Amino acid sequence: MIRFENLSKKYGSNTTALEGVSIEIKQGEFVFIVGPSGAGKSTLLRILTREITPTSGKVFVGNVDIAKMKDSEIPHLRRKVGVVFQDFKLLDDRTVFEQVALALEVLGKSDEEIVKMVEHILKLVEIWDKRNLFPRQLSGGEAQRTAIARAAVGKPDVLLADEPTGDLDSKTAWGVIQLLNEINSWGTTIIMATHNQEIVNTLKKRVLVIKNGKIIKDSKEGKYE
Amino acid sequence: MSRSIEYAKRNIRRTPFQAIAASMVMFLTFFALLTFLILALGSQASLKYFESKPQVIVFFKEGTTSQDVDAIQNALKSESRVVGTKYVSKDEALQIYRDKNKSDPALLELVTANILPASLEISTQSPQDLQPVADILKREPVVSEVIVPEDVVATLTSLTRIIRVVGGTTVGFLMLFAMLIIVMIIGFKIRLKRGEIEIMRLLGASPSFIRNPFILEGMFYGVAGAICSWIVSFCLLWYFTPFLQSYLGEVKLLPVNPLIMLTLLGASLSLAIIVGGLGSWLAVRRYLKI
Repeated sequence: MIRFENLSKKYGSNTTALEGVSIEIKQGEFVFIVGPSGAGKSTLLRILTREITPTSGKVFVGNVDIAKMKDSEIPHLRRKVGVVFQDFKLLDDRTVFEQVALALEVLGKSDEEIVKMVEHILKLVEIWDKRNLFPRQLSGGEAQRTAIARAAVGKPDVLLADEPTGDLDSKTAWGVIQLLNEINSWGTTIIMATHNQEIVNTLKKRVLVIKNGKIIKDSKEGKYE
Repeated sequence: MSRSIEYAKRNIRRTPFQAIAASMVMFLTFFALLTFLILALGSQASLKYFESKPQVIVFFKEGTTSQDVDAIQNALKSESRVVGTKYVSKDEALQIYRDKNKSDPALLELVTANILPASLEISTQSPQDLQPVADILKREPVVSEVIVPEDVVATLTSLTRIIRVVGGTTVGFLMLFAMLIIVMIIGFKIRLKRGEIEIMRLLGASPSFIRNPFILEGMFYGVAGAICSWIVSFCLLWYFTPFLQSYLGEVKLLPVNPLIMLTLLGASLSLAIIVGGLGSWLAVRRYLKI
């Protein structure tokens, strides 16, 4: 489903963010990417959304090499790849309902479909009662649930989560992880960059350890040491 | 498209002062445009009126016979510069005089048909033909006086030219100014919505999905300004019609044909859409990097 072939990314002439990364992630997998800050985790995720292009190598999402993708095709890629951020990236002037509806408006869904799908996902992430609140009125966990609902409502093939529990307390973080686990059970591939040892070690999913831009360990039911 | 309209409406609603400022600039621009257009159309119509009226008036001496008049009329028929002639007898001249002075009985009492000369009104192909035709007629022995209202036409021609040049320059400058204001306001809004645009991009919004609301917003300001300026122009014209009509006298320009006003509205709206759309398109090209 997702394949990196000898992927490298350099910023300028001196900074190497990724070097010779070759991995394959199957449809429906739950993969943790772990490693110290600056190791290249976020770069890997940003390449997958084509926010940045690799310096060399190939990146396949399905059968398409997104490194060579035309700019006009990028929106189609991003509709298949949902993203959740550590800082939520919610819009200050939109309610919870509107934040999630935005993802469906982008997809060109009708108003009736939007109402139905947003209600469904907000009930699933257990924030339906908060649907008329603005981000400033939400707790961290509620804000992240909103962000996950927004990323998942369009039923993307892949969901990328860049340290989604980074700003949350342990209990709330577990709630978010359970949510991601549930989305994974629908068949959505989850790729999550994290520092959280407890979560990685408890969940026993595939773990990719990245250091200085290289994958140094790839283990199924791996651990973060 | 309906989604883009919805987004544009939201953008406008959430920054009302900018929307009012942009619409007011557009209003001033289109008000100036309509004012100059109405003036230009009015002066053009006046010019046409004077050009189409019998421009050379020949007064005959006392004792001129109808054979003398017929001879002159026949001679003028062979003159290519002459479009038509109209003979006004003494009695007809008296009737015209009475109609014009019916509100002043004192003036009517003193005048009889005998003291008013018969005349011939001659219209020519163009104002340039007036003087040569007048020169021919001056040589006729039965003619006592030849009046050439050439100056009126010359004044109107130059006035029309001035209105076109001054109006064109002013409106051109205002259009440019209005477009730059739209560029500035839409550019400001794009910067203000950087976060939202970034999230839309990550959600897979197409470039047109992001751009169209801004383009529509610019068009809206143009259209709002154009409609307001048309309403104000129409009301002012309607209000001042009695006064202007008495000033214009025989020139029947007012009340303005509603069809002309509707045409002006259509032209203003088209131009407003172009100016507003172009302004916002420039802003999107300059500030929106998708």
